[in-house]
Amino acid sequence: MTKHQLADDTYTASELLCVMAARLLKDGQIVFAGIGVPLLAATLAQHQFAPHLTILFEGGTIGPRIVPGELPPSTNEQRCTRHANMLLPITDVLLLLQRGYVDIGFMGGAQIDRFGNLNSSFIGDADNPKTRLPGTGGGNDISSLTNMIVAMKHEKRRFVADVDFITSPGWVKGRRSRAEAGLPEGGLWRVVTDLALMGFDEETREMKVLALQQGVTREQVQDNTGFKLLFDEKLQTVAPPTKEELATLRHLDPDCRFTA
Amino acid sequence: MSTDALVTPYRQLREETLTRDRGLREKVMSLEEATRFVNDGDHVALGGCHLSRTPSAMLWALIRARRQNLTVSRSIASTETDLLLASGVSRHVVTSWFSQGLIWGVSKVMRHHVENKLAVFDEWSHMSMGLRYRAGAMGIPFMPSRTMLGSDVGKRLGEGFKSMTCPFTNEDVGLLPALNPDVALIHVQRCDPYGNAQLDGLQFMDLDIAMAAKRVILTTERIVSNEQIRRAPDHTRIPFFTVEAVVEAPIGCAPHECYGVYEPFFSHLDDYAALTTKDPVQGTQGYLERYYYEPKSWSDYLSRLGMDAVLDACRRGRKVHND
Repeated sequence: MTKHQLADDTYTASELLCVMAARLLKDGQIVFAGIGVPLLAATLAQHQFAPHLTILFEGGTIGPRIVPGELPPSTNEQRCTRHANMLLPITDVLLLLQRGYVDIGFMGGAQIDRFGNLNSSFIGDADNPKTRLPGTGGGNDISSLTNMIVAMKHEKRRFVADVDFITSPGWVKGRRSRAEAGLPEGGLWRVVTDLALMGFDEETREMKVLALQQGVTREQVQDNTGFKLLFDEKLQTVAPPTKEELATLRHLDPDCRFTA
Repeated sequence: MSTDALVTPYRQLREETLTRDRGLREKVMSLEEATRFVNDGDHVALGGCHLSRTPSAMLWALIRARRQNLTVSRSIASTETDLLLASGVSRHVVTSWFSQGLIWGVSKVMRHHVENKLAVFDEWSHMSMGLRYRAGAMGIPFMPSRTMLGSDVGKRLGEGFKSMTCPFTNEDVGLLPALNPDVALIHVQRCDPYGNAQLDGLQFMDLDIAMAAKRVILTTERIVSNEQIRRAPDHTRIPFFTVEAVVEAPIGCAPHECYGVYEPFFSHLDDYAALTTKDPVQGTQGYLERYYYEPKSWSDYLSRLGMDAVLDACRRGRKVHND
């Protein structure tokens, strides 16, 4: 693995995602985090401003403190359990979502559409796929049961009008369709990318740009998106990562395991 | 969906359980002897999750015994299931997520088998997998739940996943069919000769799998006395009467981890990823020859992983006890 050789004021796209996503979290929240950027961002938030934020991992961990430089390969190994409050069976930690104890679910995404539905199962037709992807894992459960943040790279092939396959439901077909499908709670709250921060229109549930990353234009965001985006009337620009945020991040992931 | 009878009839489940010898008896044997509890065509549930407490030693023995047409289920499947497909032992995987791990990218072995229709990969959400085993453990035919609705994951399961209006609240709920595997393969840190198993760290779905299964093969880092088990019965997680075989298999999850004993063999897994990414067919065949078919014994397999690699994994594994 390559060690990062970046100056203090430059950063990778993944580092930007971690910082921006971390800023969306609040102290005291219970956050169900996936592997990679979500795990790092939640840990960054704990170190920066949210010491009472509790992380849950799918493998069964409640409230670990990740050891810097010893990031786990998935959310299911012993590195996920360091300094934890409790270890539960997988089914029971996922049931905490269904019971309603979780504020935020947080994961990465391979492909997303205008209503925030995520695909991590098939590229192309499911019966004759161009690519079989690994699948839902807990993604479907998390997105079905709580408010979600998704962090991903902003590319046209990833931001499509309709996903090839709904692995993890967002707002399904927009408006009230999510609740009508039997999912009365939760929904996709924020999408964080290297270009912008997005939410969803309260009525139509279409994706709406709320803020641009520093130095990024509206046109750039639209050009890298495979459908027409809504833009907020009070479109903002996000402050770039601070030296402190980047230093903490590099302390946590010195080998650039998730931030290369 | 391609499972045969989705839910084991209750009468059959009870009768099969009644006919088992549930007495307190010793059942220690070798890996090779334990393979007799797995028949061609069985549904085999694997304990652990992803790179953790994988029953690697027992799978190694089943691949060497050339079992065929196994349906394999697991909460999350990784390199062990790659090798079950590549060896021809299984063509049917039931899981929520199937790849080596995020840092290694999407499994080329899984892609090769699924995209070329050499194998079927039935995808359920992770909680749904867990609730299916739990329903099996509870002796009920299905479990209601609130996920997989509104998604193509649920739709693609066809007859496997249904929904109904709750008779109490009039809400829509999903219905998951109980899963009672023919065999569960579970690796633990310690158990006694009768099969009373204690496990440390993350439990994953192992307790439900053991209770749901029609028989359990336990592999263990070490066999301890029944007296030791009785000194701390509150730590026992799997009761002896669910277990048919106990096999002592030290470092029995290699190259994956066993909580508190060893971490994953990362360098070996990097090499495996490089080998199988380059060529999922030749890569796995060469790997199977070297690590599965050629070794004379499980300890010979460990020798091939290398003493340095074993000690490094153990040194990292013990770190959880340092705090």
